[in-house]
Amino acid sequence: MSNYKRQLSKDLAAHFGDVDLTIKETRQGIVCTVPVESWLEVAKALRDERDFDFDQCIDVCGVDYLSYGEAEWPTEDVTYTGFSRGIRGKGPGRFSWSERRKEAVANRFAVVVQLLSLNKNHRLTLKCFAPDEGMLVVPSLIDIWPGVNWFEREAFDLYGIIFQGHPDLRRILTDYGFIGHPFRKDFPLIGNVEVKYDEDKQRVVYQPVSIEPRVLVPKTIRRDSRYVDNTADQENS
Amino acid sequence: MAEIKNYTMNFGPQHPAAHGVLRLILEMDGEVITHADPHVGLLHRATEKLAESKPFNQSIGYMDRLDYVSMMCNEHAYVRAIEKLLDIEAPIRAQYIRTMFDEITRIRNHLMWIGTHGLDLGAMALFLYAFREREMCMDMYEAVSGARMHATYYRPGGVYRDLPEKMPKHKESQWTKGDDLKQVNEWREGSLLDFIEAFANDFPDKIAEYRTLLEENRIWKQRTVGVGVVSPEQAKAWGFTGPMLRGSGVAWDLRKKQTYAAYDKVDFDVPVGVNGDCYDRYLVRMEEMSQSTRIIKQCVKWLRDNPGPVVADNYKVVPPKRATMKDDMESLIMHFKLFTEGYSVPAGEVYSAVEAPKGEFGVYMISDDSNKPFRVKLRAPGFAHLSAMNDMVKGHMLSDVVAVIGTMDIVFGEIDR
Repeated sequence: MSNYKRQLSKDLAAHFGDVDLTIKETRQGIVCTVPVESWLEVAKALRDERDFDFDQCIDVCGVDYLSYGEAEWPTEDVTYTGFSRGIRGKGPGRFSWSERRKEAVANRFAVVVQLLSLNKNHRLTLKCFAPDEGMLVVPSLIDIWPGVNWFEREAFDLYGIIFQGHPDLRRILTDYGFIGHPFRKDFPLIGNVEVKYDEDKQRVVYQPVSIEPRVLVPKTIRRDSRYVDNTADQENS
Repeated sequence: MAEIKNYTMNFGPQHPAAHGVLRLILEMDGEVITHADPHVGLLHRATEKLAESKPFNQSIGYMDRLDYVSMMCNEHAYVRAIEKLLDIEAPIRAQYIRTMFDEITRIRNHLMWIGTHGLDLGAMALFLYAFREREMCMDMYEAVSGARMHATYYRPGGVYRDLPEKMPKHKESQWTKGDDLKQVNEWREGSLLDFIEAFANDFPDKIAEYRTLLEENRIWKQRTVGVGVVSPEQAKAWGFTGPMLRGSGVAWDLRKKQTYAAYDKVDFDVPVGVNGDCYDRYLVRMEEMSQSTRIIKQCVKWLRDNPGPVVADNYKVVPPKRATMKDDMESLIMHFKLFTEGYSVPAGEVYSAVEAPKGEFGVYMISDDSNKPFRVKLRAPGFAHLSAMNDMVKGHMLSDVVAVIGTMDIVFGEIDR
């Protein structure tokens, strides 16, 4: 189980020489980024070629890379501002619908697939960035692994990624008639609308949310000596 | 005579056999299903998004509430993902405690499953017996964490605390007194390990009791044999894991194949079905309970003989002991920082999976060097199983839908997340 990674990443690089793959091998596993044009071709080969034999697609999920690596609490230097700087930011969960970010970022959305080979006992993470040209379109893997049906519906529902060739791309987890894609980083944590029973109208009505954004812990990135091992750098210099 | 056409029937979301909030739109031809369209999401709480706005440790409690009948297994997958990113290991005693509690959880889950599955198919009495034993497992949870269900017991780097030396006893009340009181407290005289051992010694007899009720029962067999047959090829293609996959004859168990915690140090077998129908999956799960009992006994023995730390000695992640905080300034600061800000996890992505009672429960986590996860994706086994609902019930009778829902062992906490 443990020593297959080197060999598998070598096999991947050799087999897909004509495809622009990025293979990242870490202790935690192999992440292979595939260009969207070759998405289906690579997936099919991974299932059918005997070297790979990935017969199960365990999971498909969307990722939104907006605000990746952005902290709300400066740690590089001392600051003259008070403790409240930690709760003034507009980071994850701290903004409402009207305050959401609206800038365009390249390579913002990705589809991540976890593959498993039962015969070889290998795991592989496949990743593909969705091209953003008005609509996020990624080919559907449903003809290769039928089990991805609901997982792709979920990624569509939560991130708005459209899976081309999916026979039944409906919303799955959100409410009937829901507007927006709630797991995007520019969708507020408190949501947009809330539901209540209206006594006068004698029915359930939607209204703008009445709660305030409230996240108590600021997002912090620390790269000081507690977290970064500097000994290697010192030895080199 | 008027021509009879297909008609559509609504099943759930409020239906005792829907195991929560499943809404099924059934296209029927007489009493035969031609199409089933499950509508899920009625219990969607956006756990994954909530986790993105909290420090890592504060989301452990949310994991309990996913698959709320196998709590600690969910926690296990989550803390293991963090441990992998941080590159820390729990001490060996914590690994054994986790193994033992994962198996207690498996028994709990399967007892819940056999009880409700039986109830759905008309075996009323079994539910009462199964819940009697499930109560013991709840007591084990309570003794170790203070909560009967949502334990929040596992932590990155180990477990919250060591097993207690004393098992809480029942107090005298209007309903329990005299000999009754003595009987319910019979196993509770010693430590938690004594209680667990007494339970594990007794439980095989209880499994035999359940089997007497069901195994050769004519009604049970009529309702389950040949119902919801899944071939091994289909099971793999649909992304089935756990007993759903093993029931179809694929010997795949993460505890053996991609071993974690102390599963490589204990002895157990992996039961595998033959026909891939509801009855085989029933047999697989019953045998899994016996195997869990075996594992628990081995863990109890090891834990008795090997005292030691139950959490890593690493102040980056684990809060210092209260006693050291009294006279050590650094410990006090570290404690304050851990509980206000949390700890930063190195950037990277990881997929960690455990063999939860229902199948492969996975956590895919992306960290961006900060104190909160950038993305957490929870891979729930029930989600993949339920997505094959249409293919499994097509051509079956309406009453078989209930059998198939039961055999999938679905819990909406994890499917809707």
